[in-house]
Amino acid sequence: MISLATLFVILTLLFILLELMPGSPFNDEKLSEEQKELLYKKYDLDKPLQVRYVTYLKNVIIEGDFGQSYTIQKNVDVSKLLKDRLPISVRLGIQSLIVGSIIGILLGVIAAVYKNSKWDTFTTIFAVIGVSVPSYVFALGLSYFLGYKLKLFPFTYDIYSPVQSSILPTFALSMFVIATVARFMRTELVEVLSSDYILLAEAKGLNTKKVIFKHSIRNALIPVITVLGPLTVGLMTGSLVIERIFGIPGIGDLLVTAISVNDFNIIIGIAFFYSLFYILMALIIDTLYGVIDPRIRVAKEGRNG
Amino acid sequence: MEKILQVNNLHVSFKTHNGMVRAIRGVNFDLYKGETLAIVGESGSGKSVTTKVLMGILAKNGMIDDGEVLFDGMDLTKLTKQEITAIRGKKIAMIFQDPMTSLNPTMTVGYQILESLVEHQNLSKKEAKAKAIELIELVGITEPEKRYKQYPHQLSGGMRQRIVIAIALACNPRILIADEPTTALDVTIQAQILELIKELQQKIGLSIIFITHDLGVVANVADRVAVMYAGKIVEYGTVQEIFLEPYHPYTWGLLASVPEMEDTSNELYAIPGAPPNLLEPPKGDAFAVRSEFALKIDFEEEPPFFKISDTHYAATWLLHENAPAIEMPAMLKERIKKMKKGVPHER
Ligand SMILES: Nc1ncnc2c1ncn2[C@@H]1O[C@H](COP(=O)(O)OP(=O)(O)OP(=O)(O)O)[C@@H](O)[C@H]1O
Ligand SMILES: [Mg+2]
Repeated sequence: MISLATLFVILTLLFILLELMPGSPFNDEKLSEEQKELLYKKYDLDKPLQVRYVTYLKNVIIEGDFGQSYTIQKNVDVSKLLKDRLPISVRLGIQSLIVGSIIGILLGVIAAVYKNSKWDTFTTIFAVIGVSVPSYVFALGLSYFLGYKLKLFPFTYDIYSPVQSSILPTFALSMFVIATVARFMRTELVEVLSSDYILLAEAKGLNTKKVIFKHSIRNALIPVITVLGPLTVGLMTGSLVIERIFGIPGIGDLLVTAISVNDFNIIIGIAFFYSLFYILMALIIDTLYGVIDPRIRVAKEGRNG
Repeated sequence: MEKILQVNNLHVSFKTHNGMVRAIRGVNFDLYKGETLAIVGESGSGKSVTTKVLMGILAKNGMIDDGEVLFDGMDLTKLTKQEITAIRGKKIAMIFQDPMTSLNPTMTVGYQILESLVEHQNLSKKEAKAKAIELIELVGITEPEKRYKQYPHQLSGGMRQRIVIAIALACNPRILIADEPTTALDVTIQAQILELIKELQQKIGLSIIFITHDLGVVANVADRVAVMYAGKIVEYGTVQEIFLEPYHPYTWGLLASVPEMEDTSNELYAIPGAPPNLLEPPKGDAFAVRSEFALKIDFEEEPPFFKISDTHYAATWLLHENAPAIEMPAMLKERIKKMKKGVPHER
């Protein structure tokens, strides 16, 4: 319910903000005033804001119709444009998040367990680089060396081998995720490992493996889940550039183009989906918390019954 | 009486950024079957480090420089990691100071007891569960079945400490190490937990090493007392001997600083100064700088143990035959006189 309300608010805000933005979709100097007027009329852009807003909402809610593209692909439905591109971007995002989280957690665990060792230093350096170097640098590096020089992967996106060609962008995007998760995981796990209940677990006679896998990792993961939200946002913004670099026909690429030509309906449509993803992610994170942390689970159960 | 554990000449140091911290500097003590030995001393005197050596859970930067810990015909300091892991929890168990943090918050308390049972005894899951519920009942918690499924945050501090005790008892250990098990609890709960420990000791015939800096608790639970200062034991004897005939100036200071219940007119005594820096342990008697009774030799040579009785020893030059006759502070003497009228065991 709250999520739906949030979506509604976001949609409204977008509408207003775009209205305030200077420029119009029909900035072409070749167009005469009359022609522009005609175009405005055609797309109902001459109507007052309230009227357009209500019509737009009605269309979105009742028919799932996000309007048409003004300039990029004239008169094509935004929903149709997105339908082809959305899955590509979503897959790239999810892949990066999963790959990044898994590698990040692994690195973090190794660094924490072998604190102050070579591994730890390596992870720290890696984390600093991963967080501070923008993803397009990795993207360019990867596509140059692995794609162009070694020809291991397609150099740019190839629609006919989507899996192959999503590998490099996935890694470029997940660098940031790996670095962030690894750093977090290390800090949290180091703290857990020095806690009293770990001492008790050791005092029980559990061996190191059990102490780490059964008693420590889950507890260290709880705070790490929190960063998944901001990471998702990071992935979305990162994908804007990454899709450009690799020529991936996703929504990030489309959004960049749409903004530069003021194709309002596309901008709103994509922004809407970004918000939707973020809200979904927030829901998933919430659920994960419940699964992994009994304190929250028990509190919820108590509330419900 | 049968000796169950023997600690000889134990030396432990920690590597730190500032150098080596000499935390334990030659500790000797024996533990007899069925007794409770209390180790008392100020914060930082090395009580916890000593127990961690016995458990083989010394921090990574710590090392045993010298000495031996004899148990069951083995020297625990020489065992491999695997060998000591097998003893830990099974033959020597431990309970910790803060029950609020010593249980894993993401596991049910039942599982945490069960884990210990499964680890050391060849029980099926079902048998182990039954035994775990039995243990929860044994440590005095009602509705054991319901508690079994609960998480630590659903239990009070006192109950959590009972669970920690249940975990410790899970494998019928021969030695129980209790490192300030009641310090974090409020007074009434404290008394209940002490009562429980005493009761269990009688039922099971445990030997207990009881770490505390609360002398009131010591009088309540211990058979013998070892007084520790700056990584060394400076005096040990039976409870009566330590409370009624103390010889080491540090023991005097400790006893004098116990607030008296009945007498509010007495000002609270505090030992002046602070424990020495163990990065560079002082020469001679480490307590000398804080002691008004220090002799010249205290600053130069370390005092050996002087025998007072078969069970009572103290490491202070005051006991040397050439030492001037120095008596304990009058205020303490007064107190002891009062105490002798009542029995120290019942406070
Ligand atoms: N891992 C460690 N690294 C460095 N120094 C340590 C470490 N563990 C303990 N020490 C030092 O060893 C000394 C003894 O510590 P210990 O914990 O045994 O004191 P304690 O007698 O248990 O005190 P308390 O009553 O506060 O629990 C202290 O000076 C402490 O700073
Ligand atoms: Mg301690």
